[in-house]
Amino acid sequence: MATLAERLETVWEPPRSVYSTLASVDHKVIGKRYLVTAFVFLIIGGVEAAVIRAQLTHSNEHLLSPEAYNQLFTMHGLTMIFWYAFPILSGFSNYFFPLMIGSRDMAYPRMNAFSYWCFLLSGVFLYTGYALGLGPDRGWFAYAPLTERLYAPGINMDFYTLALIFLTISGTVGSINFIVTAFKLRAPGMSLGRLPLFMYGTLTASFSIIFALPSLSVACVFLYLDRKFGTHFFDPGGGGSAILWQHLFWIFGHPWVYVVVLPALSFVSMIIPTFARRPIVGYTWNALGVVMTGVIGFGVWVHHMFATGLPPMAMSFFSAGSMTVVIPSAISIFVWLATIWQGRVVPTTSMLFALGFIFLFVIGGVSGVVTAATPFDWAITDTYFVVAHIHYVLAGINLFPVIAAFYYWLPKITGRMLSERLGKWNFWVMFLSFNLGFFPMHISGLLGMPRRIFTYPAGVGWDTVNLITSIGSYIFALGVLLFVINFFWSLRYGARAGDNPWDASSLEWATSSPPPPYNFDVIPTIGSRDPLWEERLGMGKRSSIHEGPTLAGPGKETLQTSTLDGEPVAILRMPEDSIWPFIVSLALLAAFYGLVASVWGLALAGGILTLFGVHGWLWPSRAAVEA
Amino acid sequence: MATVSVEREHLPVERVAGVPVDELPIGVGGTASTAWWGMTFFIITEATLFAYLFFSYYYLGSRHSEWPANGAPELKLAVINTVILVSSSAPMWLADRVLGRGRIAFFSLLLGTVLVMGTAFLIIEATEWSNQSFAPATNAYSSLFYTITGFHFAHVTLGLLMIVELLYRALVSRIDVRRPLATRNVAVYWHFVGVVWVILFLTIYISPRVW
Repeated sequence: MATLAERLETVWEPPRSVYSTLASVDHKVIGKRYLVTAFVFLIIGGVEAAVIRAQLTHSNEHLLSPEAYNQLFTMHGLTMIFWYAFPILSGFSNYFFPLMIGSRDMAYPRMNAFSYWCFLLSGVFLYTGYALGLGPDRGWFAYAPLTERLYAPGINMDFYTLALIFLTISGTVGSINFIVTAFKLRAPGMSLGRLPLFMYGTLTASFSIIFALPSLSVACVFLYLDRKFGTHFFDPGGGGSAILWQHLFWIFGHPWVYVVVLPALSFVSMIIPTFARRPIVGYTWNALGVVMTGVIGFGVWVHHMFATGLPPMAMSFFSAGSMTVVIPSAISIFVWLATIWQGRVVPTTSMLFALGFIFLFVIGGVSGVVTAATPFDWAITDTYFVVAHIHYVLAGINLFPVIAAFYYWLPKITGRMLSERLGKWNFWVMFLSFNLGFFPMHISGLLGMPRRIFTYPAGVGWDTVNLITSIGSYIFALGVLLFVINFFWSLRYGARAGDNPWDASSLEWATSSPPPPYNFDVIPTIGSRDPLWEERLGMGKRSSIHEGPTLAGPGKETLQTSTLDGEPVAILRMPEDSIWPFIVSLALLAAFYGLVASVWGLALAGGILTLFGVHGWLWPSRAAVEA
Repeated sequence: MATVSVEREHLPVERVAGVPVDELPIGVGGTASTAWWGMTFFIITEATLFAYLFFSYYYLGSRHSEWPANGAPELKLAVINTVILVSSSAPMWLADRVLGRGRIAFFSLLLGTVLVMGTAFLIIEATEWSNQSFAPATNAYSSLFYTITGFHFAHVTLGLLMIVELLYRALVSRIDVRRPLATRNVAVYWHFVGVVWVILFLTIYISPRVW
């Protein structure tokens, strides 16, 4: 009689082969792929930034031509905002959603694989253009009419529109997967009020994506049609409007800011209680604050457009609306501060990154509040002040929590601890150089330096600040390198992590490191927000981690529970590995190549292959029909 | 062979949160199923996409004193199409109902009816395009007209392909009679396409006539 672990192993772990590599639907495999791929995009975007900074170090530098510079800063922005900042968060969410809620996989494992392949191949598609010297070159927000065929005749901006449309497929199916997983697959007893705060960030971001990404898709389709087929959406001469692009782009764009920061905020809400050695203060406030930020995010897009000549009433409204974002953000900050205040802090590397993040969040928040004021915005619009703000927000509120999350959760993923000693160096190098590099950008902005200029004349007083920024950014790159070194060091020499190296309270720490393919040998039952801390919190043993239904049937099984209270509803049969998601995403890639190059036969063939792929993907087995 | 979880004492239980495990069904149907939830969120995001298309229409319209410049488009074919598409939801609804009772032949007949009605809709739509005096590249209004109706056309086509898939499954006996999740999803999607058409009709054909 095989043991339970062996029986589950045979069901959940397919034999290794090329096929199983391409066909895997295991959320942990997909999560790791997301993390590695997004980190590679971070490094690519970082190298692009390094070249940009080399160009800007001195006045009258001619390392790059203006055309090459345009492509470079556009690719840097696109890579960081779309192919790093969001996918890296999806990587953590993919890996940890099922582990945190006591499930064995995501709700739609094949969609999950499809989401990853579309992310990867859309990035390949974008960089095909760049490799051919045809990379997008009109900035990451691609304002019309500068992007219209008349002013941008090459196919550079067609790579932009199509790569983004391809990526929205990945984001949309991924988000639907997160939402349904969080609402349907939680362990019994895990009511919404016991959901780890981690989930609230990703859930809010997922809802934002459902409602915001279609706006980007519409904008990109319009621009593509304008450029390829001569329509007039953004062409004032034909009755269109260039401002329509800005509306559509920022209706998507501002919620997207929260998409790339809210999950990161919720990583911090998991890390701080663990290292303050107490449950989080104000759980409900924090959860509601995150949701509120996501909702407000849809009502503030016009603050990106104060310089377009809108009616004063509209600007006042959106200015006031933008300032209300302060309220939920401040709630989060005070929740973390109160937790630290009430706890006994263990200053691990992960905790240092979390604390550094709070500091940067405040600076990025303050420069955000001032830019929300219309008169101030007029003074600094299109200057380096805005560049400073976006870097404090995106690097400060996304990258620092991401590195904190790596130090915190990599031991669960790899089973090995990272070096704390190197980690402390890692933190201080990154934190100090970040401020050294990016804070002076505020000053160059106030000195009137416009963004996106490939060089500047001597004697206007911008040399020193730019030199300091370049030095800071190179040391910052070194800091990221220290993390990479620490990661590879840990794989070989790191101490074994054990199940719960940080003595944390949430469910992912109840299984082994790395977790087995089936995550949990029994489906746990949850009785509180901190299932692993119950006895020492004096609430007795409410949760049951190692006793529960085994669901070790002949196929993959997990439990479906009710949406609000987490009461058992049914046993779910989970799908086997499938090659179809990979094939469908390849077919889409072919179709997009056809669309960008105006090879309509290829586009049509890719489209038809996509349909046949979906047919194969969804074809029910005889057993599924007769069950 | 991956590393196995630390050996523990497992005490499999017969009850979970008070519910006997043996009595839990394998999967659920209807609105509790993950399939239904997935389709619902897909429809929500697609509906949002149409909302942004209509936003663009009204936004550009508000910037013109005459919108559309050559008067509202002809009503006749659009009214016929509205009747066809909205009434095609009835056989779709009924098909979803009768499948659960195992009446495959009647089910196929009803789906065939939807298929014919949907195809007629597409043909009439294409006729209307060819009747227009303007092309997509004429002006911003014509760009919107063709893009919005084109997006809807594509959604109807996708719905018809789903129906063909269901008919094929019925033909080769791979249709999920006991728990018709796929059919329910196709039906929900088909009703959605009809609702979008009604809003499109009100926007493009009626709104220029009322102000």
